[in-house]
Amino acid sequence: MKAIANSMPGTKTLARGSEEALRTMVGAAHVRPAEASDAVAGVPPQIVVEPGNEQELAAVLQYANEAGLCVAPRGGGTKLSWGNPPARLDLIVSTARLSRIIEHAWADLTVTVEAGCTIQCLQETLAQHGQRLALDVLWPERATVGGALSANDSGALRLRFGGLRDLIIGITLALPDGTLATSGGKVVKNVAGYDLPKLATGALGTLGVITRAIFRLHPLPQNTRTFTISATSAGEMQHFVLKVQDSQLVHSAFQVRFGTDTPPEADILFEGTQAGLAAQETHLKKLAESNRVAKTGPAVWKARDRLWSSANTGAVAKISLLPAGIAKTVEAVERITARQKVHWSAVVQATGLSSLRLDGDAEALHTSLRELRASLERNGGSLVVLHQPAGAAPLEAWGNPGDALPLMSAVKKQFDPKNILNRGRFVGEI
Amino acid sequence: MNVHILRELRSAVGERGLITSPEELHTYECDGLTNFRVLPQAVVLPDSAQQVQAAVRICHRERIPFVARGAGTGLSGGALPVENGIVISLARMNRILEVDLANARVVAEPGVINLDVTGRVMPQDYFYGPDPSSQSVCTIGGNVAENSGGAHCLKYGFTTTHVLGLEVVLPDASLIHLGGKALDAPGYDLAGVFVGSEGTLGITTKVILRIIKRPQCIRTLLAAFPTTNEAGAAVSGMIAAGMLPAAVEMMDNLAIQAAEAAVHANYPICGGLLLLELDGADAEVETLLEQTNEICRKNGAWEIRIAQSDAERALMWKGRKAAFASMGRLSPNYIVQDGVIPRTAMPEVLREIERLSAEAGLRVANVFHAGDGNLHPLVLYDQRVPGEQKAAELLSYKILELCVEKGGSITGEHGVGEEKKMMMGKMFSEPDLEVMQRVRCAFDPLHLSNPSKVFPRPRLCGDKAGEYTPHPVETAGIAERF
Repeated sequence: MKAIANSMPGTKTLARGSEEALRTMVGAAHVRPAEASDAVAGVPPQIVVEPGNEQELAAVLQYANEAGLCVAPRGGGTKLSWGNPPARLDLIVSTARLSRIIEHAWADLTVTVEAGCTIQCLQETLAQHGQRLALDVLWPERATVGGALSANDSGALRLRFGGLRDLIIGITLALPDGTLATSGGKVVKNVAGYDLPKLATGALGTLGVITRAIFRLHPLPQNTRTFTISATSAGEMQHFVLKVQDSQLVHSAFQVRFGTDTPPEADILFEGTQAGLAAQETHLKKLAESNRVAKTGPAVWKARDRLWSSANTGAVAKISLLPAGIAKTVEAVERITARQKVHWSAVVQATGLSSLRLDGDAEALHTSLRELRASLERNGGSLVVLHQPAGAAPLEAWGNPGDALPLMSAVKKQFDPKNILNRGRFVGEI
Repeated sequence: MNVHILRELRSAVGERGLITSPEELHTYECDGLTNFRVLPQAVVLPDSAQQVQAAVRICHRERIPFVARGAGTGLSGGALPVENGIVISLARMNRILEVDLANARVVAEPGVINLDVTGRVMPQDYFYGPDPSSQSVCTIGGNVAENSGGAHCLKYGFTTTHVLGLEVVLPDASLIHLGGKALDAPGYDLAGVFVGSEGTLGITTKVILRIIKRPQCIRTLLAAFPTTNEAGAAVSGMIAAGMLPAAVEMMDNLAIQAAEAAVHANYPICGGLLLLELDGADAEVETLLEQTNEICRKNGAWEIRIAQSDAERALMWKGRKAAFASMGRLSPNYIVQDGVIPRTAMPEVLREIERLSAEAGLRVANVFHAGDGNLHPLVLYDQRVPGEQKAAELLSYKILELCVEKGGSITGEHGVGEEKKMMMGKMFSEPDLEVMQRVRCAFDPLHLSNPSKVFPRPRLCGDKAGEYTPHPVETAGIAERF
């Protein structure tokens, strides 16, 4: 289907006409024919456009909508392959030139930033006033605000500070009909109108293109300490995780690293005053009992990133489970991967959100992912394939979206009636 | 209302579940915003999701608008009945269905009272975060509709932070599930959209809540300042020092007087009072308490009191939580407003409120969630004086306009409802509102669920701003434009 759509006779002519029209909108220097490296999950686009501001971006979308061109929005391109391959793709609309930090209202703990700003650039600016966006995304040096929001990326800090849905307080979206709409605002507490920032978070750019966002901020910690705790089995680790979560420890992050033939290790992060940290350390050691507690450093918090190193040989999935279901899930992973002769490693957050890396034969990876998804879904969880095994047809990325799918499709239809944005890439073929 | 429809509603919810007698219907003619009143045609009290579905199915077929209602404590008219419509009260659906401590989740029906969730998990040292002042009577379903906040949402977040999943009866009577016990269910975050939608997208019949472990240590203190300016400067000092207290509440002189008269909280009589709460691990809190003390003194606090017992702490909070109701001691009538400003604009906004108040010749008492810039100006008036109510309403709207001008919001936690829908246009442009309508049209294309609330003017789905074209339901004679 995809191959046919992109090699239809006449497409090239359409592309030439479109290129000209787009050049007049954003300037000749910001429209170019796509190259091989612009492909999205293996599907090549024809044109790449880089609008210079929100209005230009909205105009480009409106043009694409009227001309019937399918669009993939792109930020830093770090997570562009997440989701299903596009059912059709003509145009990449890049937010690279929308990269300004519009206002850091540090005394109000908010920031207004354009979608193309990288997370690292944002954090560096915020740090000048001792603040941060309390979020640890993958590849912050390239990942953008818009991309992180659309893909709903979050790491270990989510436990304490919530995910992007909890940090975003305002948004501007460009819609396919050229509308630029704002929702939310610059104040943390605000219940006027529907919460579109949450709707756009995790929507994979299928409803509109995020052009700017407003976030609530947190102070940078005065001091931090990280400890690593080892256990001999998944069951023992499960027990420890629940004990910590049921305690009055005030930790900012808590994750467990599991893998084939390696004993599980948990990492815990404390932030605060020196006096507070010392007390927390004592408390933790008491809770850990016989488990070994070692003082480690910030490097352990890159464990999720490390699952992605040379990932082209394997598969990476985001799995969601309940905190009390960790041991049971690990046992399922062990059982399934042993049968399939697949090597695995995982970083499981205390929130239940986890990253799983599998290495092995493509067919075996497919079977493992399918079986594991079925097992998780039976228990109220989910498995989303983020990196597809090479050398095989891609697995449906999302799994079962449940009985709200017709409503989700209705929302999509209201925002993008011609289905031009990331067509076919989201749940249930949205 | 047509007797056949009434008969059907009765068979949907049972004899005890239907109210039609005028004297009983009066109970439901308004919510906490009492100056708007509409008598509903009937009230149904379903006791299960299936009964809610059955009632909504009849409404959908007959095109009867409906309004869901919890405890009716809302302050913006969100539960105000609509003309020719029925009220669906969730009061009988008040069971806590599941307590899952290991995963820190509670599953509750919408009619469960907010404080009862905490009550259920308190023995295990857990609590439910959102704490609106009405928490001893208001319901979880109402909190979901309004995205309720409370004093402690500065640190712990609003209802939306604590609602992980919902069972919802859509306006076409279908039953769906949004979100779930586990985080990040694949698909759009429609639970995030539903929370705070003020009953306009459907009716929730089951709510999955997150609960929180009670902190090891809670310290509450009162600090008395000469004026709200110094109190505000102290709050800024804390934020600049990187502190995130659990709650930072402020009251001005008039509000303090009222609270004193009503509940004898033993507040120091001053121009600006801060009520602060710090919580967390013992050693951390003690260090921050010292720091807070110092910041308050440096900014001119002449008295600082730290609660020495749970009883003292409760008394400190009692004055604040009773602040609205205690206005009755100062004035026969009052309007509670709910504006938000960037916290740094507070001194300027308070000066302007003072000016507007003098101009209108009406007193305004101020109670704020100072940490997040949520103002609750209380406009005092006497209904018996001709024209005073109108003047008070006008003044309260002017204050909201001021909040928007300063980059804030017309509502931080009470909702838009009936009361503030005409203010939405001050805060959002026409395209912004039109895009919100698209969400509405996906959930409720016939506009049956709490219609005529939140948005400044009704718009049929498929309508575009600009040139008028009749909607298919209009041409079919199903609905009319007005």
